[in-house]
Amino acid sequence: MTVFLTAITALLSFWRKHPGQLITLLGGLTLATALWSGVQAINAEARASYAEAASALGQDELERLIDPNGPFSQDVYIALRRAGWAVSPVLEGTLTRDSGLIRVFGIDPITAPPAAQTVDLSAAEDLRALLDGRVYGPPELLATLQSSGFERPLVASANLGSNTLLMDIGEAQQLLDQRGLVSYLLLWRTQNTGLPPVNDIAPELSLVGPETRSDVASLTDSFHLNLTAFGLLSFAVGLFIVHSAIGLAFEQRRALFRTLRALGVSARALVLLLSAETLLFAIVAGSLGMVAGYGIAAVLLPDVAATLQGLYGATVEGTLTLRPAWWVGGLFIAVLGAGAAAAQSLWRIWHLPVLAPAQPRAWARASEAALQRQSALALGLLAIAVCVGLLGNGLASGFAMLGLGLIGAALLLPVVLYGLLTVGGRYAKGPVSNWFWADTRQQLPGLSLALMALLLALAANIGVSTMVGSFRLTFTGWLDQRLASEVYVTARSDAEAEALRDWLEPRVDAVLPIWSLNARLAGQPGEVYGVADHATYRDNWPLLAEVPGVWDRIADGTGVLINEQLSYREGLLPGDSILLPGNWDAPIVGVYSDYGNPQPQVMVGLAAFDTRYPETSRLRYALRIDPGRADALMSDLQSEFGLPADTMIDQASIKEISLQIFERTFTVTGALNVLTLSVAAIAILTSLLTLARMRLPQLAPVWALGLTRARLAWLEVLRAALLGALTAIVALPVGLVLAWVLLAVINVDAFGWRLPMHLFPTDWILLGLLAIAAALIAAAWPARWLSTRAPNDLLRIFSNER
Amino acid sequence: MTLRLTDIRKTFPSSEGPVDVLRGVDLTVAAGESVALTGESGSGKSTLLHIAGGLELADAGQIVLGNAQLTDMNDAARAALRRDQIGIVFQQFNLIPSINVADNISFQARLAGQHDAAFCSGLIDKLGLTGLEARFPEQLSGGQQQRVAIGRALAGRPQIVLADEPTGNLDEDTSEAVLEVMHSLVADTGAALLMVTHSERLAARLDRAVHLSHGLISA
Amino acid sequence: MNVNRILVFAALALLVAPATGHTQGFAGLGEAVTENFSQPEPNPEFNFPEDHGAHPSYRIEWWYLTSNLRGDDGKEYGIQWTLFRSALAPSQTAGWSSPQIWMGHAGLTTPDNHFVSETFARDGIGQAGVSTEPFVAFIDDWEMRSTALDGADSLSALALRARGREFTYALNLSAQGPLVFQGDRGFSVKSESGQASYYYSQPFYQVSGQLQLPDGPVNVAGSAWLDREWSSQPLEEDQAGWDWFSLHLNTDERVMGFRLRSTVGNDYTAATWISPTGEATPLPNGAFQITPLKSTEVAGRMVPTEWRVQIPSYELDIQTTPLNPQSWMGTLFPYWEGPILIEGSHSGRGYLEMTGYN
Repeated sequence: MTVFLTAITALLSFWRKHPGQLITLLGGLTLATALWSGVQAINAEARASYAEAASALGQDELERLIDPNGPFSQDVYIALRRAGWAVSPVLEGTLTRDSGLIRVFGIDPITAPPAAQTVDLSAAEDLRALLDGRVYGPPELLATLQSSGFERPLVASANLGSNTLLMDIGEAQQLLDQRGLVSYLLLWRTQNTGLPPVNDIAPELSLVGPETRSDVASLTDSFHLNLTAFGLLSFAVGLFIVHSAIGLAFEQRRALFRTLRALGVSARALVLLLSAETLLFAIVAGSLGMVAGYGIAAVLLPDVAATLQGLYGATVEGTLTLRPAWWVGGLFIAVLGAGAAAAQSLWRIWHLPVLAPAQPRAWARASEAALQRQSALALGLLAIAVCVGLLGNGLASGFAMLGLGLIGAALLLPVVLYGLLTVGGRYAKGPVSNWFWADTRQQLPGLSLALMALLLALAANIGVSTMVGSFRLTFTGWLDQRLASEVYVTARSDAEAEALRDWLEPRVDAVLPIWSLNARLAGQPGEVYGVADHATYRDNWPLLAEVPGVWDRIADGTGVLINEQLSYREGLLPGDSILLPGNWDAPIVGVYSDYGNPQPQVMVGLAAFDTRYPETSRLRYALRIDPGRADALMSDLQSEFGLPADTMIDQASIKEISLQIFERTFTVTGALNVLTLSVAAIAILTSLLTLARMRLPQLAPVWALGLTRARLAWLEVLRAALLGALTAIVALPVGLVLAWVLLAVINVDAFGWRLPMHLFPTDWILLGLLAIAAALIAAAWPARWLSTRAPNDLLRIFSNER
Repeated sequence: MTLRLTDIRKTFPSSEGPVDVLRGVDLTVAAGESVALTGESGSGKSTLLHIAGGLELADAGQIVLGNAQLTDMNDAARAALRRDQIGIVFQQFNLIPSINVADNISFQARLAGQHDAAFCSGLIDKLGLTGLEARFPEQLSGGQQQRVAIGRALAGRPQIVLADEPTGNLDEDTSEAVLEVMHSLVADTGAALLMVTHSERLAARLDRAVHLSHGLISA
Repeated sequence: MNVNRILVFAALALLVAPATGHTQGFAGLGEAVTENFSQPEPNPEFNFPEDHGAHPSYRIEWWYLTSNLRGDDGKEYGIQWTLFRSALAPSQTAGWSSPQIWMGHAGLTTPDNHFVSETFARDGIGQAGVSTEPFVAFIDDWEMRSTALDGADSLSALALRARGREFTYALNLSAQGPLVFQGDRGFSVKSESGQASYYYSQPFYQVSGQLQLPDGPVNVAGSAWLDREWSSQPLEEDQAGWDWFSLHLNTDERVMGFRLRSTVGNDYTAATWISPTGEATPLPNGAFQITPLKSTEVAGRMVPTEWRVQIPSYELDIQTTPLNPQSWMGTLFPYWEGPILIEGSHSGRGYLEMTGYN
């Protein structure tokens, strides 16, 4: 027992004497846990929002009757009620506001099943107020609506998801301009006896089961997988730090271990003690990391929410909730990570002979055999990655390919660097440069983990920034084409629309109707657009594939265009056909790019749209006008028709909003990128610090033979810069492959669009410099430590005991 | 070239207050002369040797090697002097682990710009290291490592070789062989030799021996 | 009067939550009128068939039918069919914006079972309502449809149907007597301070038809009683509940009597003695006397299920026993309603409704 206590005290006293190392260890683990748990917190928050959205109005519990073609007449509802079916109507739609999309639910509180009761209407006044036009919404949304002049009584309800409004179905029909229409019917779970089949009454309706996952949840899977991948990468990089800190502590405590073993502490007990120590660190650092992760998530969440809103129309709370599962998960991953990082050291202690040399092994010469094994493993992984890429499809296999490829590349790095340094050494002139190359090569085993971390961070950075940059270029070009009209205006009623048309005709170059219909396209909720035959489209609309005379086919109604998303998802190409509402099996004559829209979309000629969907409201118009007159026209419209500001928008504003959404989309990615890179820099620093202490015996003879400490220190810094630069060079092709996979595989699966790859060499140079700078900064501290060693410290190397 | 140490003083701090390790040592080693420096453990032999090689600074006293006044030099100049004029053999960790035997032997000579390939291969031959040129230090035995160190110290034809118990880590037989080869090689090159040792037998074989005790030389 | 029907009053206005902690009478029926609703006036003049239809300017209204039936299996049965209308404001429009709300209750009592069904509807969209020519009162697939010949009162012959989870029924009714106007020629006073409603009945139906029960169909025949009543605030704020009887006596006479229980002062009673040919004699407060004889635990509370009923001026002194003491209407605002058997000075059958027993 005494031995045990002595052992514990001795083991722990080490950390008291080396607070810097303790901070490194805890810091690394904290950072790793923070990044991972931060990403997890964001994901959990978003998923909770989706689940909340899915459970809105009991959709996660109740069956529904829908018309696959979209909203249907409430007469169908009445017919079912009059036949005895206990169903309740819901009209669901979206409103577009400057702040983004708002999801509107119109319900009939009188017939709604209990599972669909989202707001408390237990007071008679509340029910009455709802029927009188009261609107329920989450507090943040109400604040925005109030300030934007939304003219209905608003009441806050915490039960509603963000950007969701609940109101009486009568109000919703007005607000969404869908009079007499319902989106679906909620089916009560118990029904009266002896009812006629639904099919006899409303053959157009079909029954859908309770939604345990919303459409949004599956749409955004890719985004969250993306975040998770980044979180995992950061976590792995963070573990490199922990690994080197624990490794260093192990080396430094060798003498202590020997003494303890000699005192009668068994290897088993020692490993147990050190495991307990690791567990303690994991819990402390894990907890700190969770707090930091919460902070990271809180900072990033608004951008993530904006991204999800902009990209998928998914509403996510901008504020973070603490979930117990998240805490447990975070601590678990911290313990797991610390365990993984400590495993090697523990294994070595387990196998340590009692009287092992008490001196740290100065260095392990890179064994060619080990390098060969490693390159075989790396090439194997790369081969598997290629196979997965060729054979698999879908998001998961895309990420598997990325993961395998990155690990393979990382494993290959020391081999490649070894080769490069060997070649470099061959051209070395003079003993110092000769020694420099050789010695740099010999440092590889000790630094390779940190360099792998740097490689991963750099490759991810190049890959993601290339992807984002390519996207930005394509997107801005596409916006310029797509948003050809100068002003877009939406009337509030059909009558107003007609008046608008008459008023506008003589005042603008063209009034181009944009009429749309919500519809299920290939089973997904989507939209059908009616567009006019006009040069605006013929000249500007970006087509990816087309048949000859495509615009004539559109104009005469013998063909339709589909967006790229629909084309990829369903494998539809010009020459195929698609089933549209009203049983129209429409021939596809072209595919257009439609970035930023998660939903399938179809464009049809205005005449055909008019004939086939005469019921649709005709409220939206694009106006062609001299851009200089756009502002004047808009203010005229406002004074003439009293149109609220949010019903009109000019081209420049749309572009600005679109680009804003775009930039916010990648803020998170950018932030994680920077964090990963800094983690890699810290990993290099800790590795170098670890090595610096062990390197004295390697440097002392060189010093003794006539190199000053200052020169040696500079060489050390140069060495780090060289390794950083070489790693950056290796990272470049890896990053470009990563970018290609992101653009050509992940994006297509995740978003449904494929983007051309653009190269940004200036960014690479910048990143290369950044990598070198990171290495230099990391090397500066140990180098300074070396240059200020007293000669005594160096001389002590040469005598028997240190 | 003569090494002349005059009134060297050195004090080390310790937990029981400052310890005067060297209290005014005078020692001269003439060109080509071999001198053994003996003394009790902790008597300051190694410190004196380090000071003589410019590896460590004395608190007071004069160190003159040929015409060079070490006490007036900065770190870089002392390093240059060490590189050009002095060969050093330590008890252990003499070698640069990342380069092979041949490169280790020629390292200082190259550094000093005095590399002579034929001379080096001659040394390798005489040291019995033939065939081991491409090996790395960790692949050698302790005796072999010290021979490489000796070769390295002599390869640049230094004016003086300083050796600090070069066989302290070796068994007696090996030690004997290593000292034998060092002694004869130093003699061949005409360099002076100042060697710290605790072996009376070895001391007796050099031109003379001085004894360091209580911080002073007693002849 | 069918005071039970009153429950709907504000039931509809409160329908999302169970009535907990209400101090203003059962189901908010005693709530003071806040909107500009019409108020019943003495000396009413009814116009038919218009007055068989809805009166949207009054806050509450019902079409309330109960029937005592005997099956060809020899068992006694009872059914209830009710359509309630409740107005949030005294107006009616087409579309979702109509401030009227409808509620239906259907009950079917057997000696061993009591089945209940309840449904709600918005006005203005065709899910529920009452039309007068031809007369149809409906909610969902429940209907009370006139089958009267031209020229006859449209309530003189009806087809009735309703459905629940365990049952359906379809009955044909034909009246053997005239409409009976309760209170003072249809002006029915509900308290000493003068709360009142318009109230008339058709107590003379002969019934035949079929019940669909979990065990299969049963053909039935018997008698039925329809109440029509509308008002805007029928109860005093301190009246907490009521006990209402409709009796078909073996002498072919009928009796309607109720007691309104006050939480603070005296109970209020009213009754109508109806001759076999339909002459109605209103009885003043106090003439109708009831005493509970036995209570039964129903749905976790004690409810008096056997009564002694006395009208000394008509030498009526009877005991009533329920066909099924567990005739509990577990609806949003729950109450007891079921068929009863009569013994004593007279025999016969009838219906009993009790509200406000917590």
